[in-house]
Amino acid sequence: MVDFGGWDMPVQYRGLIEEHMAVRTGVGVFDVSHMGDIQLRGPNSLAAVQKLLMNDASKLQIGQAHYSAMLYPNGTFVDDVVLHKLGENDYLIVINAGTREKDVQWVRKTIGGMGGLHITDVSDYYTQIAIQGPKAQATLQKLTPVDLGPIKNYWFTWGQVCGLHNVLIARTGYTGEDGFEIYVPADEATSARVWGEVLAAGEEFGAIPCGLGARNTLRLEAAMALYGHEISDTLNVWEANLGRYCKMEKGVDFVGREALAKVQESGGPAKRLVGLEMVERGIGRDGYAVFSLEGERIGEITSGSPGPFVKKNIALAYVPVSFVEPGTEVAVEVRGQMVKAVVVATPFYKRAKLGAVAAAPVVTAPLS
Amino acid sequence: MSYPETYKYAKSHEWLLLEGDAATVGITDYAQESLGDIVFVELPKVGQEIAAGATFGSVESVKAVSDLYSPVGGTVTAVNSALNDAPETINTAANATWIIKLKVADAAGADSLLDAAAYEKFVAEETGH
Repeated sequence: MVDFGGWDMPVQYRGLIEEHMAVRTGVGVFDVSHMGDIQLRGPNSLAAVQKLLMNDASKLQIGQAHYSAMLYPNGTFVDDVVLHKLGENDYLIVINAGTREKDVQWVRKTIGGMGGLHITDVSDYYTQIAIQGPKAQATLQKLTPVDLGPIKNYWFTWGQVCGLHNVLIARTGYTGEDGFEIYVPADEATSARVWGEVLAAGEEFGAIPCGLGARNTLRLEAAMALYGHEISDTLNVWEANLGRYCKMEKGVDFVGREALAKVQESGGPAKRLVGLEMVERGIGRDGYAVFSLEGERIGEITSGSPGPFVKKNIALAYVPVSFVEPGTEVAVEVRGQMVKAVVVATPFYKRAKLGAVAAAPVVTAPLS
Repeated sequence: MSYPETYKYAKSHEWLLLEGDAATVGITDYAQESLGDIVFVELPKVGQEIAAGATFGSVESVKAVSDLYSPVGGTVTAVNSALNDAPETINTAANATWIIKLKVADAAGADSLLDAAAYEKFVAEETGH
């Protein structure tokens, strides 16, 4: 067990690679109750969300969610979030565990003064269970009368799950795989019962419990950001390559917008997040330095590991914009030795689209 | 987890089998369990001289990398090159999977190694259970 944002959590149950592969090929089940949840309600809630978050919440329909972020005025990250539109004037922001207190304080400080707004930290109300993998739908379908098929990626609904009424069922996740996240009452007896029933339902598909280790390698293969690694209070939206979720023209002067506009006007960021694939033998890990082939230190790996499914040693790293073209060769200092690596397009892993008939280019979403 | 009585154990979690001036070194069951899925073992070269307590390579799992320390000093006589293709063998049989063999020049360090019972106690204390 490790301490993760104040939670005692297993890094692995049966073995990281086995858990990782279960999610890519069958189904894996994660206890992600450590994630925090903030609910915003009241007639001003849309205005508050638009001020607080960089994506354009006015585009969301009831039952829809999207990836977004809370920024500091200088355009760096308070946290990345998933925003759910529960109803008119009713939003749920799912936040990270390690940043929960900071996030709640930031929300209150930034929009707490607005009238017509009720802010509630509902993190402790929910046990959040993620069911991820190509067999996630088949697994969850056995436990609910709700027809899961029509729920599109990044949409959600409510319904009975394991006999519990009005469970939030979202087609979201952090693995790069199809899957669902369900939000059930947080009391221990209910949580344990649902956890057991989900694993039992998935048994025929090879379902196993998955820990933080597999969660990390899965999201890395999918090139999804992790707070404190790819995003932080010293990295801005353009640097982190998350501009597609930042709606500068949404008509609201959201926190961080002005600083981000200035960066754009002055020619864009000096460094950017890229994917690296190790060419020579060696594994680039978090914090390892990146060098040009001429031996100049140019950047740092933010997350690096063997990719159990892609079977390559992969990493995300910040490098100067002159090094971001795929195919650019660099070196990573691995325990005193220079090991060659190459810049590659991300994500490292992209799942096959369900029912796709043509190999049309897929627009990638970091939390899909 | 099991720790054979015939081995001696280092606090850096290597096991050592000493037969005359021939030493065989691997990592303990506890070490493989802590590391998780092992994906890479960095081996020294045959003929390389290693001082007692010096690193002779590393073992990497998906989540971590750990140096390997030689409990005794000597010359490498063999390396288990099968580990290049099947490093996960260490996970399935840590006690039976040797990493290097040495011709011992300096066995002084061997005296301070732990026997199986003492190592098991050391691990229990280190992990707090």
